[in-house]
Amino acid sequence: MTFQYDVPGDDFTRAGEASGDLKKKMKKLGFPSDVIRRVSIALYEGEINMVIHANGGHITAEVSSKEIDLTLADTGPGIPDIEKAMQDGFSTASDQVRNLGFGAGMGLPNMKRNSDEISIETELGVGTTVRMKILNK
Amino acid sequence: MTVRDIIKILDAELLYGNDELLDQEVAHACGSDMMSDVLAFVKDQAVLLTGLINTQAIRTAEMMDMKCVILVRGKDPLESVIDLAKDRDICVLKTPLTMFSACGLLYENGIRGGKSK
Ligand SMILES: Nc1ncnc2c1ncn2[C@@H]1O[C@H](COP(=O)(O)OP(=O)(O)OP(=O)(O)O)[C@@H](O)[C@H]1O
Ligand SMILES: [Mg+2]
Repeated sequence: MTFQYDVPGDDFTRAGEASGDLKKKMKKLGFPSDVIRRVSIALYEGEINMVIHANGGHITAEVSSKEIDLTLADTGPGIPDIEKAMQDGFSTASDQVRNLGFGAGMGLPNMKRNSDEISIETELGVGTTVRMKILNK
Repeated sequence: MTVRDIIKILDAELLYGNDELLDQEVAHACGSDMMSDVLAFVKDQAVLLTGLINTQAIRTAEMMDMKCVILVRGKDPLESVIDLAKDRDICVLKTPLTMFSACGLLYENGIRGGKSK
Protein backbone atom coordinates (compact mmCIF):
# COMPACT_ATOMS: atom_id res chain seq x y z
CA MET A 1 0.00 0.00 0.00
CA THR A 2 1.28 3.46 -0.83
CA PHE A 3 0.33 6.66 0.97
CA GLN A 4 1.28 10.13 -0.27
CA TYR A 5 1.37 13.37 1.68
CA ASP A 6 2.09 16.96 0.72
CA VAL A 7 3.71 18.78 3.61
CA PRO A 8 3.03 22.54 3.52
CA GLY A 9 6.08 24.63 4.35
CA ASP A 10 4.34 27.70 5.68
CA ASP A 11 2.29 26.29 8.55
CA PHE A 12 4.23 24.91 11.51
CA THR A 13 1.03 23.99 13.37
CA ARG A 14 0.24 21.44 10.63
CA ALA A 15 3.65 19.78 10.75
CA GLY A 16 3.04 16.22 11.92
CA GLU A 17 -0.30 15.73 10.18
CA ALA A 18 1.20 13.20 7.79
CA SER A 19 2.92 11.28 10.60
CA GLY A 20 -0.27 11.27 12.65
CA ASP A 21 -2.28 10.01 9.70
CA LEU A 22 0.15 7.21 8.87
CA LYS A 23 0.19 6.20 12.53
CA LYS A 24 -3.61 5.89 12.51
CA LYS A 25 -3.53 3.84 9.31
CA MET A 26 -0.86 1.47 10.64
CA LYS A 27 -2.87 0.96 13.83
CA LYS A 28 -5.92 0.03 11.75
CA LEU A 29 -3.78 -2.35 9.70
CA GLY A 30 -2.73 -4.07 12.94
CA PHE A 31 1.03 -3.43 12.98
CA PRO A 32 2.81 -4.06 16.32
CA SER A 33 2.92 -0.95 18.51
CA ASP A 34 6.73 -0.78 18.67
CA VAL A 35 7.00 -0.80 14.87
CA ILE A 36 4.35 1.91 14.67
CA ARG A 37 6.23 3.93 17.28
CA ARG A 38 9.51 3.73 15.34
CA VAL A 39 7.82 4.74 12.08
CA SER A 40 5.97 7.59 13.83
CA ILE A 41 9.09 9.04 15.46
CA ALA A 42 11.26 8.74 12.35
CA LEU A 43 8.64 10.23 10.06
CA TYR A 44 7.62 13.00 12.46
CA GLU A 45 11.23 14.17 12.89
CA GLY A 46 11.65 14.11 9.12
CA GLU A 47 8.39 15.94 8.56
CA ILE A 48 9.35 18.64 11.06
CA ASN A 49 12.74 19.01 9.34
CA MET A 50 11.04 19.53 5.98
CA VAL A 51 8.94 22.32 7.50
CA ILE A 52 11.60 24.12 9.55
CA HIS A 53 14.59 23.69 7.21
CA ALA A 54 13.22 23.20 3.68
CA ASN A 55 9.88 24.98 3.30
CA GLY A 56 7.87 21.77 3.05
CA GLY A 57 7.99 18.80 0.72
CA HIS A 58 6.45 15.48 -0.21
CA ILE A 59 6.22 12.19 1.69
CA THR A 60 5.73 8.75 0.20
CA ALA A 61 5.12 5.84 2.56
CA GLU A 62 5.12 2.31 1.19
CA VAL A 63 3.68 -0.08 3.71
CA SER A 64 3.82 -3.87 3.50
CA SER A 65 3.78 -6.72 5.99
CA LYS A 66 7.56 -7.00 5.55
CA GLU A 67 8.68 -3.38 5.86
CA ILE A 68 7.80 0.30 5.77
CA ASP A 69 9.67 2.48 3.29
CA LEU A 70 9.53 6.22 3.86
CA THR A 71 10.71 8.79 1.30
CA LEU A 72 10.82 12.46 2.26
CA ALA A 73 11.66 14.73 -0.65
CA ASP A 74 12.05 18.50 -0.49
CA THR A 75 13.33 21.27 -2.73
CA GLY A 76 14.93 23.20 0.11
CA PRO A 77 18.48 24.53 0.51
CA GLY A 78 20.15 21.11 0.89
CA ILE A 79 22.55 20.03 3.65
CA PRO A 80 26.16 21.26 3.27
CA ASP A 81 27.74 18.60 5.50
CA ILE A 82 25.69 15.48 6.16
CA GLU A 83 28.19 13.97 8.58
CA LYS A 84 28.00 17.06 10.76
CA ALA A 85 24.20 17.21 10.48
CA MET A 86 23.97 13.62 11.72
CA GLN A 87 25.81 14.45 14.97
CA ASP A 88 23.85 14.73 18.22
CA GLY A 89 23.27 18.39 18.99
CA PHE A 90 24.22 19.93 15.64
CA SER A 91 21.54 22.39 14.54
CA THR A 92 21.23 25.47 12.38
CA ALA A 93 17.70 26.15 13.63
CA SER A 94 16.78 29.74 14.49
CA ASP A 95 15.77 30.93 17.96
CA GLN A 96 12.25 31.17 16.61
CA VAL A 97 12.25 27.44 15.83
CA ARG A 98 13.74 26.73 19.27
CA ASN A 99 10.90 28.62 20.92
CA LEU A 100 8.54 26.25 19.13
CA GLY A 101 10.17 23.24 20.80
CA PHE A 102 12.58 22.09 18.09
CA GLY A 103 16.18 22.71 17.07
CA ALA A 104 18.03 20.56 19.61
CA GLY A 105 19.94 18.84 16.82
CA MET A 106 18.45 15.49 17.76
CA GLY A 107 16.21 14.81 14.78
CA LEU A 108 18.51 13.15 12.25
CA PRO A 109 20.31 10.98 14.85
CA ASN A 110 16.91 9.92 16.16
CA MET A 111 15.71 9.09 12.64
CA LYS A 112 18.79 6.91 12.22
CA ARG A 113 18.22 5.18 15.55
CA ASN A 114 14.61 4.37 14.79
CA SER A 115 15.08 3.07 11.26
CA ASP A 116 16.84 -0.05 10.02
CA GLU A 117 18.30 1.79 7.03
CA ILE A 118 18.63 5.48 6.25
CA SER A 119 20.07 7.28 3.25
CA ILE A 120 20.25 10.99 2.55
CA GLU A 121 20.72 12.48 -0.88
CA THR A 122 21.25 16.19 -0.94
CA GLU A 123 22.38 18.91 -3.30
CA LEU A 124 22.89 22.50 -2.26
CA GLY A 125 20.21 24.78 -3.68
CA VAL A 126 18.32 21.81 -5.15
CA GLY A 127 16.93 19.83 -2.24
CA THR A 128 17.16 16.83 0.02
CA THR A 129 15.68 13.34 -0.14
CA VAL A 130 15.72 11.19 2.97
CA ARG A 131 14.89 7.49 2.63
CA MET A 132 14.22 5.28 5.64
CA LYS A 133 13.37 1.61 5.89
CA ILE A 134 11.78 0.16 9.00
CA LEU A 135 11.41 -3.62 9.10
CA ASN A 136 8.21 -5.10 10.50
CA LYS A 137 9.81 -7.40 13.04
CA MET B 1 -1.40 7.30 41.12
CA THR B 2 -4.06 8.28 38.59
CA VAL B 3 -4.44 11.44 36.53
CA ARG B 4 -7.18 12.48 38.99
CA ASP B 5 -4.57 12.42 41.77
CA ILE B 6 -2.20 14.50 39.64
CA ILE B 7 -4.90 17.13 39.19
CA LYS B 8 -5.16 17.46 42.98
CA ILE B 9 -1.42 17.47 43.62
CA LEU B 10 -0.70 20.12 40.98
CA ASP B 11 -3.83 22.17 41.63
CA ALA B 12 -4.44 21.68 37.93
CA GLU B 13 -7.32 22.56 35.67
CA LEU B 14 -8.61 19.91 33.30
CA LEU B 15 -8.67 21.20 29.72
CA TYR B 16 -9.55 17.88 28.15
CA GLY B 17 -10.12 14.39 29.52
CA ASN B 18 -12.61 11.60 29.98
CA ASP B 19 -13.13 8.95 32.66
CA GLU B 20 -10.86 6.43 30.97
CA LEU B 21 -8.03 8.95 30.65
CA LEU B 22 -8.49 10.27 34.19
CA ASP B 23 -8.56 6.85 35.82
CA GLN B 24 -5.41 5.53 34.16
CA GLU B 25 -2.48 4.63 36.39
CA VAL B 26 0.64 6.73 35.96
CA ALA B 27 4.10 5.71 37.20
CA HIS B 28 6.51 7.67 35.01
CA ALA B 29 6.70 11.18 33.59
CA CYS B 30 9.11 13.46 31.77
CA GLY B 31 9.46 17.23 31.62
CA SER B 32 10.85 19.19 28.66
CA ASP B 33 10.24 22.18 26.42
CA MET B 34 12.30 20.56 23.67
CA MET B 35 10.13 18.16 21.73
CA SER B 36 13.03 16.57 19.86
CA ASP B 37 14.58 15.67 23.22
CA VAL B 38 11.35 13.97 24.24
CA LEU B 39 11.28 12.13 20.92
CA ALA B 40 14.89 11.03 21.37
CA PHE B 41 15.02 9.99 25.02
CA VAL B 42 11.59 9.06 26.30
CA LYS B 43 10.70 5.39 26.46
CA ASP B 44 7.51 4.50 28.28
CA GLN B 45 6.61 7.60 30.26
CA ALA B 46 2.88 8.29 30.08
CA VAL B 47 2.96 11.96 31.08
CA LEU B 48 4.66 14.95 29.47
CA LEU B 49 5.13 18.17 31.45
CA THR B 50 5.95 21.11 29.21
CA GLY B 51 5.89 24.87 28.91
CA LEU B 52 5.18 24.53 25.20
CA ILE B 53 1.55 25.23 24.33
CA ASN B 54 1.49 24.66 20.57
CA THR B 55 0.09 21.70 18.63
CA GLN B 56 3.51 20.01 18.54
CA ALA B 57 3.31 19.26 22.28
CA ILE B 58 0.20 17.17 21.57
CA ARG B 59 1.69 15.62 18.43
CA THR B 60 4.84 14.63 20.29
CA ALA B 61 2.71 12.93 22.94
CA GLU B 62 0.77 11.24 20.15
CA MET B 63 3.90 9.86 18.46
CA MET B 64 5.24 8.61 21.81
CA ASP B 65 1.93 7.04 22.87
CA MET B 66 1.81 9.35 25.90
CA LYS B 67 -1.61 9.78 27.40
CA CYS B 68 -1.42 13.05 29.32
CA VAL B 69 0.13 16.48 28.65
CA ILE B 70 0.53 18.91 31.56
CA LEU B 71 1.02 22.55 30.63
CA VAL B 72 3.04 24.34 33.30
CA ARG B 73 3.05 27.98 34.39
CA GLY B 74 -0.67 28.35 33.68
CA LYS B 75 -0.33 29.09 29.99
CA ASP B 76 -3.48 28.79 27.91
CA PRO B 77 -3.27 26.89 24.63
CA LEU B 78 -5.26 27.80 21.55
CA GLU B 79 -8.59 26.04 21.05
CA SER B 80 -7.09 24.16 18.09
CA VAL B 81 -4.57 22.54 20.43
CA ILE B 82 -7.36 21.19 22.63
CA ASP B 83 -9.26 20.03 19.55
CA LEU B 84 -6.24 18.02 18.43
CA ALA B 85 -5.91 16.46 21.90
CA LYS B 86 -9.59 15.47 21.81
CA ASP B 87 -9.19 13.88 18.43
CA ARG B 88 -6.10 11.94 19.53
CA ASP B 89 -7.58 11.02 22.93
CA ILE B 90 -4.87 12.71 24.96
CA CYS B 91 -5.64 14.28 28.33
CA VAL B 92 -4.56 17.94 28.80
CA LEU B 93 -4.05 19.64 32.17
CA LYS B 94 -2.94 23.14 33.05
CA THR B 95 -1.15 23.96 36.30
CA PRO B 96 -0.14 27.37 37.67
CA LEU B 97 3.09 25.80 39.00
CA THR B 98 6.47 26.17 37.30
CA MET B 99 8.14 23.19 35.62
CA PHE B 100 10.51 22.75 38.58
CA SER B 101 7.80 22.77 41.22
CA ALA B 102 5.39 20.59 39.25
CA CYS B 103 8.05 17.94 38.61
CA GLY B 104 9.19 18.13 42.24
CA LEU B 105 5.70 17.60 43.61
CA LEU B 106 5.05 14.64 41.37
CA TYR B 107 8.39 13.10 42.32
CA GLU B 108 7.64 13.64 46.00
CA ASN B 109 4.40 11.75 45.49
CA GLY B 110 6.06 8.75 43.89
CA ILE B 111 6.18 9.48 40.16
CA ARG B 112 9.58 8.65 38.68
CA GLY B 113 11.46 9.54 35.52
CA GLY B 114 11.48 5.97 34.27
CA LYS B 115 13.88 4.52 31.77
CA SER B 116 15.32 6.53 28.93
CA LYS B 117 16.55 5.13 25.66
N1 LIG C 1 15.44 18.63 4.96
C1 LIG C 1 16.48 19.42 5.31
N2 LIG C 1 16.88 20.43 4.48
C2 LIG C 1 17.92 21.20 4.81
N3 LIG C 1 18.64 21.08 5.94
C3 LIG C 1 18.30 20.09 6.80
C4 LIG C 1 17.20 19.22 6.53
N4 LIG C 1 17.11 18.33 7.56
C5 LIG C 1 18.11 18.66 8.41
N5 LIG C 1 18.82 19.71 7.97
C6 LIG C 1 20.02 20.31 8.61
O1 LIG C 1 20.60 19.36 9.51
C7 LIG C 1 20.63 19.91 10.83
C8 LIG C 1 20.40 18.81 11.84
O2 LIG C 1 19.08 18.27 11.70
P1 LIG C 1 18.37 17.60 12.96
O3 LIG C 1 17.02 17.18 12.58
O4 LIG C 1 19.30 16.55 13.51
O5 LIG C 1 18.33 18.77 14.04
P2 LIG C 1 17.36 20.05 14.08
O6 LIG C 1 16.22 19.87 13.13
O7 LIG C 1 18.18 21.27 13.90
O8 LIG C 1 16.83 20.00 15.58
P3 LIG C 1 15.77 18.93 16.17
O9 LIG C 1 15.60 17.84 15.15
O10 LIG C 1 16.36 18.45 17.42
O11 LIG C 1 14.51 19.67 16.36
C9 LIG C 1 19.57 20.99 10.83
O12 LIG C 1 19.79 21.97 11.83
C10 LIG C 1 19.70 21.55 9.42
O13 LIG C 1 20.82 22.42 9.34
MG1 LIG D 1 15.12 18.09 13.17
